[in-house]
Amino acid sequence: MAKMTMVQALNLALRQEMGKDDRVVLLGEDVGVDGGVFRVTDGLIEQFGEERVLDTPLGESGIAGMAIGMAVYGLHPVCEMQFSGFSYQAFHQIENHAARMRWRTQGRLSVPMVLRAPYGGGVRALEHHSESREAYYAHTPGLKMVIPSGPRNARALLVSAIRDPDPVIFFEPKAVYRAYREEVPEEEETLPLGKSTIVREGHDLTMITYGAMVRPVLTAAEDLHQKGGVEAEVIDLLTVSPLDDTLFTASARKTGRVMVVHEAPRSFGPGAEVVARLVEKAFYYLEAPIARVTGYDVVMPLFSREKHYLPHAKRVAAVARRLLREG
Amino acid sequence: MPREKLNLDQPIETLAILDAEGSVDKELEPSLSNELLLDLYRAMVLGRRFDERLLALQRQGRIGTFPPTSGQEAAHLGAVAALREEDWMVPSFRETAAEIWRGRSLESVIMANNGFNEAATVDPAGPTLPNSVPVGSQMLHAVGIGWAARYRREETVVLTFFGDGATSEGDFHEAMNFAAVFQTPVVFVCQNNHWAISLPRSRQTRSKTIAQKALAYGMPGIQVDGNDILAVYSAVKEAVARARSGQGPTLVECVTYRMTMHTTADDPRRYRSDEDVEGWKAKDPLARFEVYLQKKKLLTKKNIETTNEEVLARIQKAVENAEAQMKSMGDPLDMFDHAYAEIPPHLAEQREELAAEIAAAGKEGGDG
Repeated sequence: MAKMTMVQALNLALRQEMGKDDRVVLLGEDVGVDGGVFRVTDGLIEQFGEERVLDTPLGESGIAGMAIGMAVYGLHPVCEMQFSGFSYQAFHQIENHAARMRWRTQGRLSVPMVLRAPYGGGVRALEHHSESREAYYAHTPGLKMVIPSGPRNARALLVSAIRDPDPVIFFEPKAVYRAYREEVPEEEETLPLGKSTIVREGHDLTMITYGAMVRPVLTAAEDLHQKGGVEAEVIDLLTVSPLDDTLFTASARKTGRVMVVHEAPRSFGPGAEVVARLVEKAFYYLEAPIARVTGYDVVMPLFSREKHYLPHAKRVAAVARRLLREG
Repeated sequence: MPREKLNLDQPIETLAILDAEGSVDKELEPSLSNELLLDLYRAMVLGRRFDERLLALQRQGRIGTFPPTSGQEAAHLGAVAALREEDWMVPSFRETAAEIWRGRSLESVIMANNGFNEAATVDPAGPTLPNSVPVGSQMLHAVGIGWAARYRREETVVLTFFGDGATSEGDFHEAMNFAAVFQTPVVFVCQNNHWAISLPRSRQTRSKTIAQKALAYGMPGIQVDGNDILAVYSAVKEAVARARSGQGPTLVECVTYRMTMHTTADDPRRYRSDEDVEGWKAKDPLARFEVYLQKKKLLTKKNIETTNEEVLARIQKAVENAEAQMKSMGDPLDMFDHAYAEIPPHLAEQREELAAEIAAAGKEGGDG
């Protein structure tokens, strides 16, 4: 198995799916000759030609709207929003059409498209390049909202997203893009959409997170273990919507103490839905109030302050210790 | 470096073949079969009479809000008549007669306008997208469909409709631009009906014509008399041929008029004068086509009467059918269908919740 960065793993997923299925075409700004500003689509135009890797004019609505038409015609377009912060210019296409075409046509037509977008902070980027607005998409019926956390699951989830019969919004944590390498098998690997996973087992505390926050949460869990023998269970959602609540509600029943960690703003964020599910399905097992460690409800600050905005391992561990003392 | 006039070498043409009195320009007259001419005539009559009936049904509370089409029949029927069956139509929401031309049932129109989403789709399953309400947004879907058809080496052409108001939307720009850059086989048909709810065409654009906007995108543009079905047909036919032969998109501006309201929720007397409307009544697309066909000896006063009677009978039957069908439609649980290919667990739970509520209400003998 080769060790790959997330960028390389995503590239592998695209390359293999394009090789297997001529319905898969890529479109976006700078995805062709330039290979994408993060190089996720590097080399694909050389391998598959301009016909399957479309460098589009600037225009996010154009990219999403055109992809909807392609999907209606039977293709499986994968479009790239250069940064998720620009995807709002395509939002009306996604909400008004991609998410509804199956429903509107009573299943006659569907929109099997993937909209990829790098999201999140931590790379000292410009304004509009660091936000985590997955809640907009998770809140929209008809969409699936997927966020991988590492190279291997990114590859497996992207393959599943491309093959999915419904529109998938696929947010890629750009802070993880080149942060580390992981073994990624050359042979095909998929992960089901709508399924979470336990990445660290434990019985004292449940930590629920996804995307770029999985690493700081694991670091915090390790710290809790080393400095106090606490065994935290860490759950990676992988798919934000439809939300798989089976593992985290079971875990909450076991530990009685739960925290949710994400870099998106707190109010009405994905954590709010997680907490609501816990209240509905595990309330009587809880021994302490559920804690949320999240981005603040402010405009994502420019990068000189982003380290204070983004949840980090020390903050997560501190909240976890408080949670363990409560109740 | 002198300062000179740049020759863009692309004229914007206008086209009118059949005038308001029904006189035809013999040189420009397209050669349509008598059969097609009469089919188009019947479709126009059907469009007009059905629109009137829908308005009556709405006023009687038998259907909900809908967007009337009277006065615009030539613009949308002339356009789709130039398509092949396998070509795609990507409509806005004021092309009812064209949808019916392409196979949508009158029943489906009635049921969709009465709030039944099972009828919001088009029938039969042909290459037509359903109505698109967010103004201008559908134009991009036409570009994607056209691109995909070329990718599949198919000859399919895509025709998309929009209004003058849509040309103010960003999606108009992105669709025109993407279509031209990728040379997709798309025909952009603007039904310039002069009004976007309360705002006149002059409040949408300072351009002298909408057709000239094509120039900026590097595609041909033509302005036609949209109440002249022969002109619309001819211009669109040309655009379709261009698209099919790989020469890319065209913008066709059909100058027409919305004779009634934007939707039945709107009162046009608040923003436009009766004189304005009266002036356009004299340019009616149906009346002039009738005169033309009479002059061609394809139609007599008697035929006109018979056609209208047949059309009214068809409409009456459709209303009866639709109203009978609607009695057994509308299972509330259907709202959970087709959200996704497979229903996810949270939706299954919510569906159960509603099913239980309905069952409980049934036991109480209430209406839920």
